[in-house]
Amino acid sequence: MSDKINLKIDNIAVSIHSGATILEAARKVNIRIPTLCYHEDLCVAGNCRVCVVEQSGSDRLLPSCAMPVAEGMEIHTNSMKVRSARKQIIELLVSEHRADCTRCYKNGKCELQELASEYIIGDNGFIDLVAHKGYTIDNFSPSIIKDDSKCIRCQRCVRTCDQLQSISALTVAHKGEDMKISSFFDKPMFEVVCTNCGQCVNRCPTGALTEKTYLDEVWSALNAEHKHVVVQTAPAVRIALGEALGMPPGEIVTGKMVTALRRLGFSSVLDTDFTADLTIIEEGNELLQRLKKVVKEKDTSVRLPMTTSCSPGWVKFIEHAFPELLPNVSTAKSPQQMFGALAKTYYAQKIGVDPKDMVSVSVMPCTAKKYEADRPEMRSSGYKDVDYVLTTRELALMIKQAGIDFASLPDDEYDSIMGESSGAAVIFGATGGVMEAALRTAYELVTGREVPFNGLNITPVRGMESIREATIKMEKVLPEWDFLEGVELKTCVAHGLSNAKHVMEAVRDGKAEYHFIEIMACPGGCLGGGGQPIPTSPEIRKKRSEAIYREDALKPIRKSHENPEVMHLYEAFLKAPLGKKSHELLHTHYTERNRY
Amino acid sequence: MKKNLQRLDLIFKNEHDTEVILRKTIGRKCDDVINDLISSGLKGRGGAGFPTGLKWKLAAEANQPDKFVICNADEGEPGTFKDREILSSVPHKVLTGMAVCAHIIGAKKGFIYLRGEYKFLKPSLQKVIDDFHVLLDDLKIDLRVAIFLGSGAYICGEESALFESMEGKRGEPRNKPPFPTDFGYKGQPTVINNVETLAHTYSILKYGPDKFKDLGVQDSRGSKVFSVSGDTPIPGIYELEFGMSLQKFVDDFGDGDSKAVQVGGASGFCVPRKKFEKTIIGYQGKLRGTSLPTGGSMMIFNSSRSMYNVLHNYLDFFVEESCGQCTPCRVGTQQLLLGIQAVKKGEQPSSYLDRLLDLAEAMRVTAKCGLGQSVANSFSSIVENFREEMIY
Amino acid sequence: MAEVKQLVKGLADQHGRSMESLLPILQGIINQEQHISEDAMVEVARELNISAAQVYGTATFYSFLHTKPLGKYVIRVCKTITCMMHGKNQIIQELEAVLKINLGETTHDRLFTLLETNCLGQCHKGPAMLVNDEPYTELTPEKVRAIIMKYKQQELNVN
Repeated sequence: MSDKINLKIDNIAVSIHSGATILEAARKVNIRIPTLCYHEDLCVAGNCRVCVVEQSGSDRLLPSCAMPVAEGMEIHTNSMKVRSARKQIIELLVSEHRADCTRCYKNGKCELQELASEYIIGDNGFIDLVAHKGYTIDNFSPSIIKDDSKCIRCQRCVRTCDQLQSISALTVAHKGEDMKISSFFDKPMFEVVCTNCGQCVNRCPTGALTEKTYLDEVWSALNAEHKHVVVQTAPAVRIALGEALGMPPGEIVTGKMVTALRRLGFSSVLDTDFTADLTIIEEGNELLQRLKKVVKEKDTSVRLPMTTSCSPGWVKFIEHAFPELLPNVSTAKSPQQMFGALAKTYYAQKIGVDPKDMVSVSVMPCTAKKYEADRPEMRSSGYKDVDYVLTTRELALMIKQAGIDFASLPDDEYDSIMGESSGAAVIFGATGGVMEAALRTAYELVTGREVPFNGLNITPVRGMESIREATIKMEKVLPEWDFLEGVELKTCVAHGLSNAKHVMEAVRDGKAEYHFIEIMACPGGCLGGGGQPIPTSPEIRKKRSEAIYREDALKPIRKSHENPEVMHLYEAFLKAPLGKKSHELLHTHYTERNRY
Repeated sequence: MKKNLQRLDLIFKNEHDTEVILRKTIGRKCDDVINDLISSGLKGRGGAGFPTGLKWKLAAEANQPDKFVICNADEGEPGTFKDREILSSVPHKVLTGMAVCAHIIGAKKGFIYLRGEYKFLKPSLQKVIDDFHVLLDDLKIDLRVAIFLGSGAYICGEESALFESMEGKRGEPRNKPPFPTDFGYKGQPTVINNVETLAHTYSILKYGPDKFKDLGVQDSRGSKVFSVSGDTPIPGIYELEFGMSLQKFVDDFGDGDSKAVQVGGASGFCVPRKKFEKTIIGYQGKLRGTSLPTGGSMMIFNSSRSMYNVLHNYLDFFVEESCGQCTPCRVGTQQLLLGIQAVKKGEQPSSYLDRLLDLAEAMRVTAKCGLGQSVANSFSSIVENFREEMIY
Repeated sequence: MAEVKQLVKGLADQHGRSMESLLPILQGIINQEQHISEDAMVEVARELNISAAQVYGTATFYSFLHTKPLGKYVIRVCKTITCMMHGKNQIIQELEAVLKINLGETTHDRLFTLLETNCLGQCHKGPAMLVNDEPYTELTPEKVRAIIMKYKQQELNVN
């Protein structure tokens, strides 16, 4: 017996594995069925009913996203009955949605708008429901704006927050006409356990959840006299920005992006990758110091495993969910904040600009970075270290606003002293990348030899599997690190906070014997960040990931500790890793937050 | 008043043969018991009318260690109150049915999902269950029955919403398939039956399937407990044979001035006087005229009633009690309500009613669960039959 | 706060700490306090190791799980069709007059809250209402006054 199911969709024969849905079968033969609540990353909800189709012989329509195929089914995706029902459903959704499209941040990028246009929703709509509901906008968070009047209750955000991130800051509350997407007691997102990861923003089909934009502030800074505006770009921006500007996923657009930033008027175009390399030096040394204290000096006050700290969504998550494990988090700031602290000190000195006249902008694949830049700890330079954080999407918008034809731009290079980076920094943008970068440096520091992997590619920590473990044995170590001889360095990589939660529960319960854990809040790491171009899917993230590792392989320098500008920074300014200046500028502390 | 409908006394008959029935049944082959149920023609009395024997058979065949039997006592349909009476006066019959079902499908845990509005029944029901457990122990039947209280949500009467509710979640209906007999409470095979259905199994097990089958008509066998309310001199609970015409029913129960009967509650159909004669009460089948299924709610309206007010009241109910997850039900109910208000106030032309009828039809074919689908029943039947009352 | 913590802990001990216990625990809180406060929900979330928003999402789904404080006696008058036909408005007017509050409000002594509710399953005996869990049917204005007096008297006797 074959386990293939044969059916017909719009009279086209399809053969597909048993258990597949009608939607999957239709996609297989390139029949597009519109969807709203469906998202490839999430479990099927089947609640918007936009994807209904007709089955011959059946009175009721079937939700194609939720209905498994059956042998001999005859499905019609475009019958009059389907068209009529689908149009009414779209009209219903429009009637509960504040459809002032021209004034909406998502104008032109809204899935409901697209459907409404496709089905020509005219004047003959239903009665507007928004007017009756007394909606308010929650814009207290520095990262995310929640506008219930635009919500169509597809629950993608709720499923994202629950299944991918296991946070459930968002829930469905009330029922019937009062049913809405809500936080605990409908408090502002700023006051609840939201990590600002923005995965909900990335999946919201309308303008109900958007990033808080700082475009106006950045344009003002660029146009202000006597302001020196520096910009840094995160590793994962360069492999995704093209998507928001009409290019296919997986294009590396580093050079064009640099050119575009110069044209936009940024005074210094610098690279977060530079401080990614710096992070590796600081964090790598911190790990070795912790190992020394634990293994050699038997110091029980020092905690292992050490976890990474570069993902601000992850940091806020652990502050809420596992405050008892905060001593395990590396004190190293994220590359963004290391950059910010150095921009208004080291860099300002070097170029002779008064830091008060400097505006520091970052372009991040992330909405949580906006929150991170706002944290009170992040003022080591005496000023706000990073003034404004833009997402990849916002940068794309700036480029469009400036009338720049991105695809035809020539390549250019970052400005120096904080613009050079290694391949190790580039891979920060992918899950496992920080781990790989750290191992490339730490192993060499301890043994004097390169990591024993072909082409420095530490493949066991790569990939998209939710939790990955790898062990590296320290052999023939340098005398200084004799206590590590024969030690098997156990590492773990997790991405998506749901997976992070599993790992940290194991750590908390003493069931995990790791030394070093990399955690990224977003699926796929920063390349799948909440600030990245929409849409996202496993396929798109795979392409972005391939681009990142391609970029790494192309880099002449592959290891953080070989970055000449970083070496110069230590010589000229910081002196030594984990030194006094480093502690002032590059390290931070964490705050316990409400668990619920 | 002439009485031409035969009042039956099966369900509420004062008889206590639980022990005899259980001893007899556990000695029989499970297949034989299932076949008895199938041949009796018993269909679910909650309103949907799924053959009970078949449901038990499917659950019995499911290959999972943990199974559940659940009695759906979340009687929330406006105009329905028979299950309350059954649980008050003959709860042992319901428990007997549950025990037989549990034995047949291999369930060790049973629940009665009792709506929060009936919490006052809990102490007496709990006592009956406690006594029943003693009997089960004597008979070495490994089953425990617990009461699970609802908290005020009509939609939880929908079986998959009821499971969600028991699992601590919002009572939102699930996608089907999978069906409860494969994937019910906690994802395990589950038989969920209405209170009345379970009580009927008692009679079938006691008197044999034929006696039950002899009652009623083709496709609609046995007796049915009706909740009669509205404009009637004799409101209450009546056990009647299936297959009666609505005219006969109104002759017995009406006040002489009946203009419409709502069959099956707010989610059922409104039948105007001119269609009384041709309307048969029973599951849909090959009957003459129109047959209307019902969970037993019969609400009679006399000519003093405004059908606009009646429909408005139903829609108020649905607007609040929709779970809210699917678009057609959440938004559609609000639009129907605002729509009839707008027509009444003259803010929309009377032709807007046709747009609303189209909407109701779209809701019927696209809503996620039976309750969302059935809002159209009352809406369309009232608007079509009493259109002038909607406008003027 | 400490009291709520104790209450929730006790309920979790009694009903268990799985998701299946959530509704029984919330109902237990209602039995004691007539409503589920923010603090109580946080405690439930802690006991069940779920997010507070999830508790909130479930609680707000159910009409009987109030999140705002209510009086000691919650009066719920059925507003559904047959009770409406048989004069529930008159009953509500009477209750408003007797209790000197409007529908949806709680008396100053926090003794009574007056609400409407959907079908109570007493359609043949409408109008009907619940006072906490107790049903009262075939109501008339006189009957309603007597019922309220009974509860007031009961309170006097207790104090």
